[in-house]
Amino acid sequence: MSIRYKTIKELSEMLKNNDISHPELIQETFSLIEENKNLNSFVTLNKENAILKAENINKESPSILNGIPIAQKDLFCTKDLRTTCGSNMLSSFIPPYSATVIENLEKAGCISVGKTNMDEFAMGSSNETSYFGNVLNPWGHNLVPGGSSGGSAAAVAAGIVPAATGTDTGGSIRQPASLCGISGLKPTYGRISRWGMIAFASSLDQAGPMARTAEDCAIMLNHMCSHDPKDTTSLDENIPDFTSTINDSIKGTKIGIVKEFDLSKLDNDVVKVFEESIKQYESMGAEFVEVSLPNISLSVPTYYVVAPAECSSNLSRFDGVKFGKRSELASNLEELYIHTRSEGFGDEVKRRILIGSYVLSAGFYDAYYKKAQQVRRLIKNDFDSAFKKVDVIMSPTTRGAAFEAGSKGSDPIQMYLEDLFTIPANLAGLPALSIPNGMIESKPIGLQLIGNYLDEQKILQVAHNFQKLSDWHLKTPSEDIS
Amino acid sequence: MTWETVIGLEIHVQLSTKSKLFSGGSTGFGAEPNTHVDLIDMGLPGVLPVANRDAFHKAIRFGLATNAEINQTSSFDRKNYFYPDLPKGYQITQMAMPIVGKGTIKIETEDGEKIINITRAHLEEDAGKSIHDLFEGETGVDLNRAGTPLLEIVSEPEISNAKEAVAYFKAIRQIVTFLDICDGNMAQGSMRCDVNVSVRKEGDTELGTRAEIKNINSFKFIEKAINHEIARQIKVIEAGNSVVQETRLYDSVKNETRSMRSKEEANDYRYFPCPDLLPVVISDDELNEIKSNLPELPEQKIKRYVTQINLDESEARIIAASKTMANIFEEACEKTNDSKLVAKWLVGDVSALLNKDNIDIEESKLSSSNFAKLIERITDNTISGKIAKSVLEEIWSSGDDVDAIIESKGLVQIQDETILVKIAQSIIDNNPNQVAAYKGGKDKLFGFFVGQVMKETQGKANPKSVNEILKKLLS
Repeated sequence: MSIRYKTIKELSEMLKNNDISHPELIQETFSLIEENKNLNSFVTLNKENAILKAENINKESPSILNGIPIAQKDLFCTKDLRTTCGSNMLSSFIPPYSATVIENLEKAGCISVGKTNMDEFAMGSSNETSYFGNVLNPWGHNLVPGGSSGGSAAAVAAGIVPAATGTDTGGSIRQPASLCGISGLKPTYGRISRWGMIAFASSLDQAGPMARTAEDCAIMLNHMCSHDPKDTTSLDENIPDFTSTINDSIKGTKIGIVKEFDLSKLDNDVVKVFEESIKQYESMGAEFVEVSLPNISLSVPTYYVVAPAECSSNLSRFDGVKFGKRSELASNLEELYIHTRSEGFGDEVKRRILIGSYVLSAGFYDAYYKKAQQVRRLIKNDFDSAFKKVDVIMSPTTRGAAFEAGSKGSDPIQMYLEDLFTIPANLAGLPALSIPNGMIESKPIGLQLIGNYLDEQKILQVAHNFQKLSDWHLKTPSEDIS
Repeated sequence: MTWETVIGLEIHVQLSTKSKLFSGGSTGFGAEPNTHVDLIDMGLPGVLPVANRDAFHKAIRFGLATNAEINQTSSFDRKNYFYPDLPKGYQITQMAMPIVGKGTIKIETEDGEKIINITRAHLEEDAGKSIHDLFEGETGVDLNRAGTPLLEIVSEPEISNAKEAVAYFKAIRQIVTFLDICDGNMAQGSMRCDVNVSVRKEGDTELGTRAEIKNINSFKFIEKAINHEIARQIKVIEAGNSVVQETRLYDSVKNETRSMRSKEEANDYRYFPCPDLLPVVISDDELNEIKSNLPELPEQKIKRYVTQINLDESEARIIAASKTMANIFEEACEKTNDSKLVAKWLVGDVSALLNKDNIDIEESKLSSSNFAKLIERITDNTISGKIAKSVLEEIWSSGDDVDAIIESKGLVQIQDETILVKIAQSIIDNNPNQVAAYKGGKDKLFGFFVGQVMKETQGKANPKSVNEILKKLLS
């Protein structure tokens, strides 16, 4: 029985029924990885350890994740396993410790089969900035998988693993989920510990699950969340069983449509797919309400001040002194910094460090960084008012389906606008997910649901109800795609 | 032309917490390089800081002791710059919302007491150390010190000369050691300061352009560096030039300051709120708890010594000047019940030895328990006061135990009356002329007999007993 395209729930059943043994499941997974090598979705494999773990697994464990192969975004530190963050700077970095998320998932029985490719330091929306090369979209090898969690999205979309970890700073889980036709969730900021996640923009970064279904996302989330004393921004809040309410009816649920998201600027196809979803929800008894988020149009510029500012500081530690790459060309300290960072970072990372250093510099701080943080507060307030009227807010996840590699050319602004719909949830710290809701020219596209603070349960419930009555999430790329 | 000097100090006090400001790494001094360094201190990718509550409590103690505003909500910022011993490429500090706000401290100057206003005191992490002289053509980095908690205490520019600056530094040192928040060890770098100096014509209201002298770590160098810098600035102005705003280094070997970097070359530190750390909130209960456990400060001690122990105020001041001295005093008082005697020894002989060697009491080999024992041996008549002086000198040089010194040198006081009577009688027998003269009314000769007995016993005779015995035998 093939394991390809199976969900966590299905694989767990297969293991329980002895349709497949634990070691067989992992061996099969590595065969799939090998067969799909051309996708370039993995940077480093964890084969030996994964097989060893499967052979020695406690078969009595009641955890639904016991023995389930998952892929880890190469941004999470994994003890004794290379962690590159998609960068030349860390191309030989082997962390002496593991991220809390990794530990939590492995404690639940997950088997990490490898580290997935990603945009360098999570900066990008197409996985074209990785030092380790582009990731191909399983739905079309000329297409990008989205980014920055492109490798994770492609591995799940290709049916290699049922789930993978991702991180989302401005849409890095939801946008690739949309472009690869899978489900992906960015939780409330602070739900999941950031300990061991290599920081891009600390106040926006949040880890989350990427899987074939919303239900699997809920299963993953159950085990990824924890209150971690090692991360002071990690929330000390009750962690519910996220699967417990997903089957509840959504009759009467109020879904907000954002007045300021001007859909008329999108392609007709995208609008059509979105309107179909509205109809489906209406047929399930949900009510649609228009909400206004007056400051939402400032999201992208706000994000591109805050995120680069934090990144410029977070990436200062990569200086060639203690770990990671060190240039061979340097003959003094200043050259050590200049050559190491020039060689170690790619163009997009350099661009953001420059922007970030600029907006924080003396005389500009008030006009840029401080102002951006003020706008961020306004955006959060907009959401707070909106959530007094609705239970979830719905929008397309992306402006369109997957685009061709290289098609956004040299204009970074075009790439930045990819995250138009996803960025607001990061700025406001709110949970949001993307599920597949249609196809445009045989390419998947996603629907975004934004939830109220800490209310992952509601968006998961609304998403799962959709997937119970639709089959977009069941579609798989045809085998002869090239 | 008369010149006026304006000085402000930024003192870095290393807080005596067990672990670092943002990690569990040890703060112990003197370990092998890079052995007190954990993942966070190294700034490894993915690590996060967690603020050390104890460092906040210690900072608050300082604030309370200087009548300062305590900011019950304070926050951390990042100061960004590249240096090999700064592992993250930024220092976490409190720029916008420091834990301690405006306060005051009293200092002793030649013209009497003066109040210096403290602008703020904030928490920050120390950097590591670059070692330039150990490896040929290379620089070593030791991160043991990286992340050690510092309290940076910033004064208003209200200090008028080098002596006042030293007095201010000493007053801060006294307070932090009494509060038990810093060991005050200058040699190990537990206290260091940056000095801002400017000069202006007397009567001017505008401040002159200042120079900052970095990283001075002794009283002597503070005074010398300031005096040198004042002279340099006056010379610059009198030659018709202007003082340049810059950072200077003090070279203690050449006794001069020299330019490190000008204002134009100064780093733009790109301060912004540290997104990894939430603002730290101190509850009312927490603050009250710290308040109620605040240790006794010098002024309170002086008052108590005068009113309850009956010391003269001058004695009390000398004893309460340092925490170690006060501790030695209090321990000895507890063990001997003769606080006047204890005070007499500390203010007298001990202070004299300190002055002679020009050291602080904590640098001496005198421990509080050994000193208490010394006083005990006087009060229990084991040794005389005179012998005690020589025992103290012996402790001063060797640090040996009082009883061991008495034992090994055979200094135990002769108490046995029959022995003393025997010695006294033989002296009377051998000096018939003096006996006759004494009996004939030459009272002063009594001292001669006492001296002879002491000589015979090498000073070990109990003077009180000798007096009584001689009086009896000569009557």
